[in-house]
Amino acid sequence: MYDSRQLAAIIEKMAGQINARQLPAPLLVGIHTGGAWLAEQLHPRLDSAPPLGTLDISFYRDDFSRVGLNPEVKASSLPVAVDNRDIILVDDVLHTGRTVRAGLNEIFSYGRPERVCLAVLIERPGRELPIQADIVGQSLQLAGHEEAKLTRDGGRLALNIIDLGKSAP
Amino acid sequence: MTAGLVIQGGRVIDPANAIDAVRDVYISRGKIAGIGRKPKAFGAAQRIDAAGLLVLPGLIDLCARLREAGEAPLDSETRAAAGGGITRMVCPPDTTPVIDTPAMVRMIQSRAGAGGFARIHPLGALTAGLGGERLTDMALLMDAGCVGLSNGLRAVENTLVMRRAMQYASTYDLPVFVTPRDPWLHGNGVVHEGEISTRLGLPAIPEAAETVGVARDLALMETSGARAHFHLLSSARAVEMLAEAKARGLPVTASVAVHHLHLNETHIGAFDARYKVFPPLRTARDQRALVRGVEDGIISAICSDHQPHGADAKLAPFAEAAPGIAGLETLLPLTMRLVDDGALPLPTAVAALTANPAAIIGIDAGHLGVGAAADLCLFDPRREWTPGADTLLSSGKNTPWCGQPLRGKVTLTLVGGKAAYRDPASGG
Amino acid sequence: MIPADSAIQFDRNGKLKHFLTISGLPRAVLTGMLDTAESFAGFGQREIKKVPLLRGKTMVNLFFEPSTRTRTTFEIAGKRLSADVINLNAARLSTSKGESIIDTARTLEAMHTDLFVVRDSASGAAHLIAAHLPDHVRVINAGDGRHAHPTQAMLDMFTIRRVKGGIKGLKVAIIGDVLHSRVARSQIQALNTLGAEQIRVVGPRTLIPTEIETMGVAATSDMREGLRGVDVVIMLRLQRERMDGQLVPSEQEYFNRYGLTGDKLRYADRDAVVMHPGPINRGLEIASDVADGSRSVILQQVTCGIAVRMAVMATLMGGSEERP
Repeated sequence: MYDSRQLAAIIEKMAGQINARQLPAPLLVGIHTGGAWLAEQLHPRLDSAPPLGTLDISFYRDDFSRVGLNPEVKASSLPVAVDNRDIILVDDVLHTGRTVRAGLNEIFSYGRPERVCLAVLIERPGRELPIQADIVGQSLQLAGHEEAKLTRDGGRLALNIIDLGKSAP
Repeated sequence: MTAGLVIQGGRVIDPANAIDAVRDVYISRGKIAGIGRKPKAFGAAQRIDAAGLLVLPGLIDLCARLREAGEAPLDSETRAAAGGGITRMVCPPDTTPVIDTPAMVRMIQSRAGAGGFARIHPLGALTAGLGGERLTDMALLMDAGCVGLSNGLRAVENTLVMRRAMQYASTYDLPVFVTPRDPWLHGNGVVHEGEISTRLGLPAIPEAAETVGVARDLALMETSGARAHFHLLSSARAVEMLAEAKARGLPVTASVAVHHLHLNETHIGAFDARYKVFPPLRTARDQRALVRGVEDGIISAICSDHQPHGADAKLAPFAEAAPGIAGLETLLPLTMRLVDDGALPLPTAVAALTANPAAIIGIDAGHLGVGAAADLCLFDPRREWTPGADTLLSSGKNTPWCGQPLRGKVTLTLVGGKAAYRDPASGG
Repeated sequence: MIPADSAIQFDRNGKLKHFLTISGLPRAVLTGMLDTAESFAGFGQREIKKVPLLRGKTMVNLFFEPSTRTRTTFEIAGKRLSADVINLNAARLSTSKGESIIDTARTLEAMHTDLFVVRDSASGAAHLIAAHLPDHVRVINAGDGRHAHPTQAMLDMFTIRRVKGGIKGLKVAIIGDVLHSRVARSQIQALNTLGAEQIRVVGPRTLIPTEIETMGVAATSDMREGLRGVDVVIMLRLQRERMDGQLVPSEQEYFNRYGLTGDKLRYADRDAVVMHPGPINRGLEIASDVADGSRSVILQQVTCGIAVRMAVMATLMGGSEERP
């Protein structure tokens, strides 16, 4: 649906919006896995060269007792303390808002940031929590049975829309 | 004309009289009146069709514990015995209180006799209170009805006391039942020392706990002139030692619990306390050697080593769970399974349950000779049944065969010519 | 085929539900736990040392045998996962009336306990409890008699993996009272499953169980032979109460032959590390300078204990709820 060249243009636009905010103490944090890829691509395009971290929100998910732990769980890594930082939280797709909720919880378990702003590549309908992005790459009007999926192949990102079929919720 | 009972068309197996043939069995006044040939002046008031069934002498079980002798009536266990085709059972003296006085012997017999089920032959204690220090009144115990002496599972630690006990018992030609066990090597062990004890981290009983006991007591009997019966063997090595002693002409006999012929240490699996028994289940090699020991006649009797327990007794960590299997009702089917498997000839198997144990305790029983008490059972070798809470008569349902289908079941047991057990499903 | 003592650990779908023994657990389960533990390991540095994975769950530390250290590690691990943790140092009647162990567990289960951490002096106690509780309850064995101590073994594997980069191909010596050691039994199973090249147990014959070779180890009574070229030296605790002349003649003789000193450690590989499940008897099984020396990773073992236990709990509890 979007190839790496088209995505690069979107990411460029997002970087511009982040730069325009002129955050005094930025910390760029990508949510594992897609958000981390995206943060990596944003990073060289940001003026302030902020520290770059990743967050694995597996331990904060609200469906743990139903689906269990992601076997691929990675340690979160934040290179600097979050206190008084302006955190740019990056994810690939904003859908229900639950992943971002878990991400916020995890960030606050590390300390008290000055502010958190949310940057997402794709925003789509289906919110289950009062969460919205500050920086949006692209809005897509996807139906309930469709899913936007970011993939990476040798450093090149691609975004595909997958039809999960009518049976999916 | 005397009114009698005739069992018709069954296959009579009576090793003591070398009979294995389809014969009618005539019973009159509680005794065998004839086999195959109708006695004179016999009027059959009752006929039992035994076509397709085996007609066996009533089984004699050399080791059955009946729970606390001081408690509840023994009826549930003597009835369960009859349900398993057992007409006489030998009860070890390690009851509470211990059978070490003539009064205790009479008490047990009177309480068991009332039910009209299997008869009980108590063993008297070898030492007072099984304490291993003072000899009991062996002659008086014999007069009261004891068929032998034993110290139960408790070894007489003092070798001199053991020697004198054997010498004294030999005065009256009383057999001494020995469950060979060196108390120090046995210690607090609960399973055979080997792969399983190592993997499960359970306190172990080395094979030497048994062989040291066998060696000691063989040496003592040899110099004391006693008749020793080595009871409940568990190891291949012990069978070899007894074979050697027998070859030298010592008056020694041996028995094995039927579960040792079917199980080994690997059955314990995940701490399954149903398989906790003393002596312990040993290796598959030991198991095979015990079966061969029966086949070769080194071990001449198979017993149930019946130990009924309530459900709670096994609901504890393995080391603390009560040992023992409730085995009265599975003794015959499990022995016959060895015949079906080709491990034992039929006459050997039947003799190990009837004539041989009778000879060990010196009673005239375990055969169907004319004039003998009409103690017998009918066994349907094709009947399938499943031991369980609803089918077992014993108060103990603690058997590893609970829920496992068995082939062959007793359908009728006569004690002194009277029905002590009648299978409800057989009509007969 | 899954051995009988292991089968009870899996649910109908083959997912791990209890952690009672390492026996029969596939390598992937063990490495999965170690990976998860790795991601929990950094938690001590966070301002809020909690994650909400077990929020609303009740965990009972049911210790029939006292152990402050192990119990505390489980307690911290449970609390870091946001579980409600209850500690019970229960006494029980060690007789044939031992049904009390099941009664105690059932009573606590009736108060809606989701996870039991059980320690008992009898081998098989955790199996017994697991077998008599309803399906939704999870049981972790925190040490049963001489049988198993799987979480301790896992934290040892975790430590070895961190300092050696992996288990595969390592030579490991386990030294001392193997006979009475539940830790050694679990370590042997874990090391074998994770592909250690060679495991040797070393000690006097009175302390090495018979047929230990069937567990996949080589046994020797010679320290030089046992230590030769090993990458990891695991010292076992020798209980002083065993020093009564029944199994070992004296402390002096034991230390002379099997105490780990700098001299003996020279038989091992140059980069060999020294481990001990603790608590240490200095001067009995290990010399102080070795216990505190540069090759010792004994303190690291302690540090790893919480993360590994968090990983075990998370593995068992995740996905435990049936979908409606």
